[in-house]
Amino acid sequence: MNTTTVFDLEGVGYDYLNGSPALRDVTFSVAAGETAAILGANGSGKSTLLKLLDGLYFPETGAIRAFGVPLTEAQFRDETWAFGFRRRVGLLFQHPDVQLFLPTVRDEVAFAPQQLGLAREEVAARVDAALTALNMVQLADRAPYNLSEGEKKKVAIASVLSLDPDVWLLDEPLASLDPRTGAWMTDFLFSLAERGKTLIIATHDLAIVQQIAHRVCVLDEAHRLIACGRPNVVLEDESLLLRANLIYNGHRAWQRPARDFVARGEI
Amino acid sequence: MIPLREPGPRALPRRRDFVAKTLADLTEATERAIFAERYAREPGLLQAIDPRVKLITFLMLLLLAAWTQRLDVLGGLYLLTLGLAGVSRIPVRFFVKRVWLFIPIFAGVIALPAIFNVVTPGKPILTVLVFAEAPRFLPARIAVTEQGLYGALIFVLRVATSVSIAVLLVLTTKWTRLLKALGVLHFPQIGILVLGMTYRYIFLFLRNVEAIFLARRSRTVGRSNWREKEQWLAAGIGSLLGKSYRMSNEVHLAMVSRGWNGRPAPADHFALRRRDWAWLSFVLSLSALLIWVGVR
Repeated sequence: MNTTTVFDLEGVGYDYLNGSPALRDVTFSVAAGETAAILGANGSGKSTLLKLLDGLYFPETGAIRAFGVPLTEAQFRDETWAFGFRRRVGLLFQHPDVQLFLPTVRDEVAFAPQQLGLAREEVAARVDAALTALNMVQLADRAPYNLSEGEKKKVAIASVLSLDPDVWLLDEPLASLDPRTGAWMTDFLFSLAERGKTLIIATHDLAIVQQIAHRVCVLDEAHRLIACGRPNVVLEDESLLLRANLIYNGHRAWQRPARDFVARGEI
Repeated sequence: MIPLREPGPRALPRRRDFVAKTLADLTEATERAIFAERYAREPGLLQAIDPRVKLITFLMLLLLAAWTQRLDVLGGLYLLTLGLAGVSRIPVRFFVKRVWLFIPIFAGVIALPAIFNVVTPGKPILTVLVFAEAPRFLPARIAVTEQGLYGALIFVLRVATSVSIAVLLVLTTKWTRLLKALGVLHFPQIGILVLGMTYRYIFLFLRNVEAIFLARRSRTVGRSNWREKEQWLAAGIGSLLGKSYRMSNEVHLAMVSRGWNGRPAPADHFALRRRDWAWLSFVLSLSALLIWVGVR
């Protein structure tokens, strides 16, 4: 891991259109080659944070710098810079149905390189490489809506992989995947990390965080960043995890026998 | 991978529930639309033609059907579509049913008044009503006229031929290739993108609608009255609208994230082969012949 800063956030705040808060006073930075996990319960603002980092939303308070440049609407009006940014940063959305909107898998994977002005031969080469890497060549001419959830997720990954970005923003990458596809996804994330990519993973899955992250940041339900540190330190702090609604009464939710819930009349 | 299935037993009941019936029909129509691609994968004559050439030649045939005033030319064109369906491995019965299902409903309703002397004066061939005292603005005798019948026949056959040509194009061409062909032929890219996304998301939203309906059914015991059904339907429509709006925002963000700036990048290219040229020559010659017959 080198020490070049990719993202630098200072007191970032953001509200939804209806006025409800999404993020409050978030300050942290991410170095190149680092794998950072953003932990938080449902609705804590993880997805919004990723969209802010991808320049899809812009902070209402505070500031974000990407590769040393302020991430503002005005900055994105500079097309050359915006194209450069989009080539370097890829976002994997939580729901592949949102990300897949073109008639075939091949079109979907080609979309980003085409949009970003790569030559036709280069686009074709990247599409082939991405599909081959994910073992999806046989699905190239299929319509994405006819695929299973796991396959859709892989197509969504291929659609980012064809850009070969330096920075991957991943929103709940393991959500709604069966165990085999989940294991494949974990291996895939490891391979990206080994290639020196910067990964920022929003999740509430503590298992993957333990396996892959260099650093863990925790958002609480008040949309504030309450901790940022090494996984073995953060994940051992039960009071912190309890406060962030990541564990229940000292247990990881999946470790707690269902009979406990039944006995307390919670089921 | 979700397997394609032929429209079969319905997941939603027909009964007398109008909501259930509408949704069942929508779902069935969706399945049919997906299922229709089965014919586009058959190794038939039209399936092998380059989609650009097919699009242009079918457009020529459509213009020909719209232009001609002769029953024999229209009849010939209609027979041609039946023949093309046959050599493209589309069951002719299925094809005819698909085309003629809506003709009586739409074209028939429009053409029906035109056969009477009230709309088309001419030589009466069948009297249907004689007034003892003729009302103002109406003739004393309402009759079917020869000119009216001919005009209605031309109209219905023109609609049937045009619909047959369009159905043949859609059945023998994969939707994705059709969209690409439109792009290559310089149809506005934004229009192609909208078409493609509409086609893609309509399935998703229909599945959403079906899920909303099934969720309601799973929590409903006994019969509900019309008022309750109406309230539920209005709430369902509102909920779907909210979901659609939210989703459209997310899709837009996903596009922007991958470099979308409002200007679509061009689609890829096709290559013309000998059979495409042969088909193009055939349609050009046929068009010339039919125009010559038509103006003679």
